[in-house]
Parts: sequence; structure tokens; C-alpha cells
Amino acid sequence: MAATVVTVTSGKGGVGKTTTTANLAVALALGGKKVVCIDGDIGLRNLDVVLGLENRIVYDLVDIVEGRCRLRQAMIRDKRLPELYLIPAAQTRDKSAVSPSDMVRLCDDLRAEFDWVLIDSPAGIERGFRNSIAPADVVVVVTNPEVSAVRDADRIIGLIEAEEKGPARLILNRLNPALVKRGDMLSADDILDLLAIELIGIVPEDENVVISTNRGTPVALDGKTRAGEAYLNIARRLGGEKVPFMNLEDKQGLFQKLARMMRSGG
Amino acid sequence: MAGWLERLFGTKAQSADQAKDRLKLVLINDRTDLTPAQMEDLKNELIAVIARYITIDTAGVNITMAQEGREHRLLADIPLRPAARRRSS
Repeated sequence: MAATVVTVTSGKGGVGKTTTTANLAVALALGGKKVVCIDGDIGLRNLDVVLGLENRIVYDLVDIVEGRCRLRQAMIRDKRLPELYLIPAAQTRDKSAVSPSDMVRLCDDLRAEFDWVLIDSPAGIERGFRNSIAPADVVVVVTNPEVSAVRDADRIIGLIEAEEKGPARLILNRLNPALVKRGDMLSADDILDLLAIELIGIVPEDENVVISTNRGTPVALDGKTRAGEAYLNIARRLGGEKVPFMNLEDKQGLFQKLARMMRSGG
Repeated sequence: MAGWLERLFGTKAQSADQAKDRLKLVLINDRTDLTPAQMEDLKNELIAVIARYITIDTAGVNITMAQEGREHRLLADIPLRPAARRRSS
């Protein structure tokens, strides 16, 4: 095996990097692949709670780098899937505890054993971001259809190119098709025009993401939701399959449409 | 209700269009590391330099930034004014 290292980043915080990393990891593992995900956000770890593995942490990324444990000991196996592992971030340290070359070395050790290594990058453009993209074979940029998120995505795409890790691929997260239709939300086409990179997935806004995060069971585990389906599709595209983009037009019934028309007055 | 009326009569630009137009300008500034004021200076200096060599129609000058993918180019459309005919004899 020779894993592909995928880094999920965004520039702006709160756009859904961690949710994306968790769901792509689950989706790839559901497809029978060996997957390990690394929380690159040292000091603000969250991938553990989103995956529902927070109670099983003993060692973390900094323990590995500083030689307090073996790589194996810091890898938490997700019992719901045969081959999904998490390397959590340290919570009481900061980003300077790890260097880009530490990350490259760690990923090189993991490559032989896994099909996929996913890295959840912290927000921002500093050390944590540089650590996260240093070992990347593929960089995925997550954005939302909002001016601030798109602007930051553009900035980060430029930095990824400057580090010769490009071209980055784009995931458009939390798209609300009804708002797009009304002309009150940037569409996927608008954003692709502006950012000019390859789109690898659109995840519609879906309350199931909130519910599943509350429970620590990523939506992709049960692919029956819109968002879960979107993540499963993105995982297949990462694997090189050509998967058509799903139709995001409302599947609402007449009654719901009428109710919405009454509310918005149009 | 007001929003609905405005949309019906097309008096209000759709907010997504506004977002896109604003982003276009912001991204040019971010990518080129030029503020709008610096861009204005660049245009004015460019016109001044060219005008030292040939007579141009300054009112018709149009300098814009065009985007192709992630590349940008500065496009300058500078109409020349016919040189005052020299009397040759």
C-alpha cells in the first residue's frame, strides 16, 4: 500500500473542515479502505468529538513527535468500521510543538500501512496550516457560499500554489439550494468562476449534520441523508471515480413549498 | 413584503449578484496585492508615460484587469489622437 495524503483546509474557521474530514474518512473506510485521520489543530482539537472518539484518547500527535509513545499507541481505532483510525491533536500544547518536517516523517511512516491519510488543518495561514499541507499529495479546500469564506479560500488557494501543492480541489459546503434559486446565495457556478479551481463536491445545508455531530456519529455512516450522500460521492471522486453531481433542487412537496411562499411572501 | 415587491419589479439587485461583483474586485486586490488607490495611481502613471511619446485621447482610455482562470492580465485600451499633420513641402 502507498497511501494518498489528503489535507483538508479552508483559511476561514467554521466552514466545516473537521466535519468534512470526519465524513470523508468514514466514507472512504466504508468503501473498504484503510484510513487514518490526523487532527492537525493542536491546542484546539475537535476531530475526536466529531468522530465520537473523545473518550478513548490516551496519547496524541505531540506524544508521537516527541517520542513519548509509539505511533501505534496513539492511533485510536473506530470500532464502527473495520479500518478507520484517528490520531488526535494535543490539547494542552500549541502549534510550535510540531514542525512541517515532523508531519512529513509521520505521514511517510503511515503511508506503507494505509490507503488514505487525511489531515484536518486548523484555520488560518500560519504554522498549523503549513504543518498540515507539508505532507499533502492532494489539498482539498472547503468553503461556504459567503463572501468571507470565498475570499479566504482564494487566499489559501494562492498559498497552496506557492507551496507547489496545487492545484487544490474545492468542496462547497452548506449550500442552500432554495436561497440560490432566489438569487440570495452565491451559486456553485459563481464560486467556481471566482476561484477557478476544480470542484470535487457540493454538500447541501442539512440539519442532519448538526444532529449527527451532537451524537458523534458522522452523517456518512448512514448515507441516507443528503449531506451523507454528498460525502460518499466526494470520497468516490477522491478515489478517481467519475460521479455525477447530485441534483440539489428541492424535493419538497407542494404543501411545504406553499408554506414557504407564505412565509417569505414570494 | 417589501422585499417581495422589490423583487417583482426588479428594483433591487439580487444579493448573490452583489456578492459576486464585490468579490471580483476584492480578489483582484488580494491577488495582485494592489489597493484600489494604488491601481488608480498605476493607471494615471501609465497614461502619463505614454502621453510623453504620443498624443492620446485621455478621455477614451480604458485600463482594466481581466481574469482567466487564476491568472490576471492588465488590459489597456488607449486610443491615439491623430498626430497634427505635419506640413511637408
